Amino acid sequence: MTLVAPFTEITDVSGSSSADSRFVRRLLRRPQAVACLVYLAVLAVVAIASPILLPDVAAERAGDLADSLQGPSSQHWLGTDSLGRDVLQRLLVGSQDTLIGVGVALVVVMLLGIPLGLLAGYVGGRLDRTLCWIADLVLSLPAMVLVIVVLSVFSQNLVAAMVTMGVLTAPALFRVVRAATLPVREQLYIAAAVVAGLSPSYIVRRHVLPRIVGPIIVQLSLLAAGALLLQTGLAFLSLIAGPPAPSWGGMVADGVGVMFQQGWLIWPPGIAIALTVLALGLLGDAVRDVSTEGWSPKRSPSRSTKQREKKKGADAPAISVDDDVLLGIRNLTVSFASSGGNVRAAERVSFEVGPGETVGVVGESGCGKTTTALAILGMLGHGGHVEDGEAHFAGQDLLTLSERDIQEVRGSEIAYISQEPMVSLDPAFRIGWQLEEAVRANTPLRGADAKRRVQELLEQVQLPDPTRAARMYPHELSGGMAQRVVIARALAGEPRLLIADEPTTALDVTMQVEILELLRSLQRDHGMAILLVTHDLGVVADICDRVVVMYAGEVVETASVADLFARPGHPYTQALLASNPHNQHAAGMLPTIPGSVPELGAMPPGCRFLPRCTQSTPACELGTIPLLQIGERHESRCVHAREVRST
Amino acid sequence: MKTMNSDEQVLAVRELTVEYPQGRGRDPLRAVDKVTFDIAQGETLGLVGESGSGKSTIGRAILGLVSPTAGSIEFGGQDITRAGNRERRALSQDLQVIFQDPYSSLNPSRTIGTTLAESLRLHPELSKGQVRDRAAEVLGRVGLPRTAIDRFPSNFSGGQRQRIAIARALMVEPRLVICDEPVSALDLSVQAQVLNLLSELQREFNLGYLFVAHDLDVVRHLSHRIIVLFGGQVMEEGPAEAVYSKPLHPYTKALLDAAPVPDPVLQAARRTRREQLPIVSGAGQPAGCPFATRCPHALPVCHSERPTMEVTPAGTSVACHRWRDLNSVPTLELPDRKISHAR
Amino acid sequence: MVSMVIRRVFTAVPLLLLVSSLSFVLLSLTPGDAARQILGTRGTPEQYEALRQQLGLDQPVYEQFWHWLSRAVTGDFGTSIINGTSVAGEIWARLPVTLSLISGAILVSVVVGVAGGVFSAVKDGWLARAIDALVLVVWALPVFWVGSMLVVVFAIKLEWLPAVGYVPLSESPTAWARSLALPVFALSLGSVAAVVKQTREAMLDVLGSDYIRMAAANGIPPRSLIFRHALKNAAIPVVTVVGLQTIGLFGGAVLIENLFAVPGLGSLLVTSALSNDIPAVQAVAVVFTLVVIIVNFAVDIAYGLLNPKLRSS
Repeated sequence: MTLVAPFTEITDVSGSSSADSRFVRRLLRRPQAVACLVYLAVLAVVAIASPILLPDVAAERAGDLADSLQGPSSQHWLGTDSLGRDVLQRLLVGSQDTLIGVGVALVVVMLLGIPLGLLAGYVGGRLDRTLCWIADLVLSLPAMVLVIVVLSVFSQNLVAAMVTMGVLTAPALFRVVRAATLPVREQLYIAAAVVAGLSPSYIVRRHVLPRIVGPIIVQLSLLAAGALLLQTGLAFLSLIAGPPAPSWGGMVADGVGVMFQQGWLIWPPGIAIALTVLALGLLGDAVRDVSTEGWSPKRSPSRSTKQREKKKGADAPAISVDDDVLLGIRNLTVSFASSGGNVRAAERVSFEVGPGETVGVVGESGCGKTTTALAILGMLGHGGHVEDGEAHFAGQDLLTLSERDIQEVRGSEIAYISQEPMVSLDPAFRIGWQLEEAVRANTPLRGADAKRRVQELLEQVQLPDPTRAARMYPHELSGGMAQRVVIARALAGEPRLLIADEPTTALDVTMQVEILELLRSLQRDHGMAILLVTHDLGVVADICDRVVVMYAGEVVETASVADLFARPGHPYTQALLASNPHNQHAAGMLPTIPGSVPELGAMPPGCRFLPRCTQSTPACELGTIPLLQIGERHESRCVHAREVRST
Repeated sequence: MKTMNSDEQVLAVRELTVEYPQGRGRDPLRAVDKVTFDIAQGETLGLVGESGSGKSTIGRAILGLVSPTAGSIEFGGQDITRAGNRERRALSQDLQVIFQDPYSSLNPSRTIGTTLAESLRLHPELSKGQVRDRAAEVLGRVGLPRTAIDRFPSNFSGGQRQRIAIARALMVEPRLVICDEPVSALDLSVQAQVLNLLSELQREFNLGYLFVAHDLDVVRHLSHRIIVLFGGQVMEEGPAEAVYSKPLHPYTKALLDAAPVPDPVLQAARRTRREQLPIVSGAGQPAGCPFATRCPHALPVCHSERPTMEVTPAGTSVACHRWRDLNSVPTLELPDRKISHAR
Repeated sequence: MVSMVIRRVFTAVPLLLLVSSLSFVLLSLTPGDAARQILGTRGTPEQYEALRQQLGLDQPVYEQFWHWLSRAVTGDFGTSIINGTSVAGEIWARLPVTLSLISGAILVSVVVGVAGGVFSAVKDGWLARAIDALVLVVWALPVFWVGSMLVVVFAIKLEWLPAVGYVPLSESPTAWARSLALPVFALSLGSVAAVVKQTREAMLDVLGSDYIRMAAANGIPPRSLIFRHALKNAAIPVVTVVGLQTIGLFGGAVLIENLFAVPGLGSLLVTSALSNDIPAVQAVAVVFTLVVIIVNFAVDIAYGLLNPKLRSS
């Protein structure tokens, strides 16, 4: 490889600014943000222009006294004050002092808050602790009181007052900048930049600052609103902008003075202040929405999940509710709302779990395995809904149950444990309390009986010192211990089915062995069925009786564990087994599956594995492939399943 | 695949110790404890261990992201233990990194082109066009189209992002790349692609790799030599095949036995064998071997005395008081772990 | 817990020193002579000399400060340069007024704010949305303007409550409550809005967290999820905002006391500031800071009770 390559193609310069322009464009797409920006821009123009165009207003001591305290009229659009001066003119000219005050405070806040916040967040350590201590100190001062102290010395001095305000509120921006810098600092691209030998100032300017502009603007808009309220408050108290100078706060004070004679006068300045504060606040909200939507995974704001309409597909044969099926999934289709319309995360998923059986659902990320598990429990959450299908459990279709009825099933009939034990427990409550709550929610046991049951559960999951563990908080547990506690909670209602979603993925292998061992023994002792969601074929081989292989939202193969590993009936399963590093010789290239999993919403027609399959024929492109029976309780979604199986 | 093109030593780590402060009144946590190893040009050294073994910390210490408490790190004969910003900058031409998490390792608000160009900031003599061409060339080499240059990380899947991260490391012509769990965040079907790419690139550019991972199955594929770490200390080290097939340290065995194999019959046999061992899971940091509290074969001496590294007939080194009697060395041949089905 | 108390004391001392030295530092920074500035062109040379002496301007700043400090720690804040009364006496008389105003406002903010926030977070529909809109508008309204409107509506139009003035508790408890009703209401509106907003956001945040989902998946009923799990976890940011709002209430109290002619520390502060009565201003600032320190202390204790991680470390 040569370092300097010949010019082969001339293309336009890569745009590093396009991220920022995308931000601005997204902001301008919001009417709320545009309205606020327009209002603030007009206000700025007024503040600059009106004192020039109306030079006499600022020093006007009195207008036409005979014409005082008038309501709005064609001559005086907003009426006149107690000295007969035009209210509109005073409102326009008065905006200058207000905006100067806000501007001064903001400049001071930014000069102090941004550099110190970046410094504390990026450098960390002792410097960070010291700066935080000072910030907390300053923030716990009553700002308005200190500003008045300053004004008692520097009478009527707007700039002195607003500089003081800026210094006293800068820690609020400092804290936001620091808090926003900390997570960015931990990003690996910062580490990569450090390794590349880039200077700290370059890294802060190019990598950190652009990522935290959003929170800075949000905080600045809030601080601007606060400064405006302070400035008008001080003018209201005539601590600044004494007569005859027009000011919004002073005009409210004038209005209060003549409230009994003319109630109108407090409205115009009040509305001007409120509108400006509102514009700043709404702008801040819009900026925050835009800056979080850009980087974080999409979360729709819908507050509740929609109750799915009961739908009976005629094509779906009602499954026989016999004794050897505990959970029967038929034709389950789940979709999620996304920016580009609905995408199906799981389609026509069908499988069964027998009583006391362990069934593994195996597949790669995004194949729909977790979606399927959550749909069974009615826990799809934001934007997800079941389009079609049935989930029969103990004689009822779980998917048609009301929220109240499915709650009865959760915990006492079907329990759920997830990949991350550390975030599965409420950090604010002791382990014992949380387990007791689960016992009370899922069994009739109360009081001492419930406590005894908690003790029993902790013993069942083989925690070394159950009494001590009950008194601990989640943060005091290791990952393995936390997963045992989570399992104990799942067992509280003696469920007939445990859905375990990647229960060992976050744990070390030696810990994984212990948790799998625990699950095995619990199943032996309680006859509980387990639906184990995993990406690891080794875990499947270790603990499962039967396997459901999923790919791109579909079930591609179901088989007993022995069958699946000995005679896989789908090219995807075959390829997955072949590319497992464990099955390889030390030397030589690993067999790979070319390409990558198709994205949701962009599924190829025909077989979804077709673009990556080495055994495909034109028949594979023809329409949706059904699940084919290829052996005893062995199904495959491949038109060539029988040939594949025999290879 | 694994051919060493030269014996020229690139990296020399001597008795590296890294401690993390734990707050007032508490002893610092010793994440890495007197670890010594070398890496030659074109060689892959695998560092294996579980969380808390110190494997990632070693990589970060070499990269200057954490500062060592004691010991030394030499790169190309030059001491870089406490290299400053300027030395690091020069060093970045020879020493690069690929991180585990392809989502966090690329700045989402910068285009791929900008990210790649950053590695060449030390070459102001290159024009913008040259930098761009170089980026396109490297992207092509890792299997991505040149149009990727103007796109953002969010347009790419995990596997593709990891290819971009590899491309960033290759923008300069490094001699050593620290690979910190480069495939553990990837799906199984993509893992093999990335592992193959890494070994192709090694042959092509005579790269040295420090391959940090928790999965021995993955590590042995790419590595010429393997170091097994526990509690910040080296438990066992040696040629990859020897460590993998004839482990002598109880921890290496435990690690290999714990990883479930995708074969129900074999896995059942392994489980039965494991169940015969007593389960030991104690806590605390013993004064002797760090594995002593969890070792089924621990003797009192294991808790009190740190074992020394001893060279074994298999060509490996092992730090265990009982490696001889546990493995009946030298009188008996070790049982072969390579069970037929995989071959 | 003990270390927290010690840390607070360590913070309190510099805070008080900072506030109390502020006016001395400012006076020394003032171009020209503060006494001249205070008197302006009106004062005679005799008045000027007397004021200089009274302010201690004939001494170096640090000595002035030391002199003031050594008396302040015994509770002697000097005499007002305007009317010659004891500043400490004035403060003692007014402190209960301001404290009842502020504690009333805190009580309203916490009760109404948390209830509104939880409601808005948990419920859908027009009422929740109306709360959100109301919060935004109330937040934007300046406290002195809201106060004026309340006077117009409740005192002038409806004549339900007195417009201005304050009746001490010892005189008549009902009259006391009636005289405080409008000021407390006006003062609390802004912080109610802030607490509703924070409570709503914190509740939504916690309700979306993994541990709530996991608890729900294992049969914990929604009532417990909302009122035990979510509320306790959301309480930490809410306590933070209540603490900050309380500090802000002191500023609001200054405005409200002036508007409603309530004889509290705030109105003393403003009249003193307008007449450059520096000893009085300084004393009020120190007392305010002292109260704020106590509030922060209470917030710290609340953190400790709510967050087990803080307690154990």
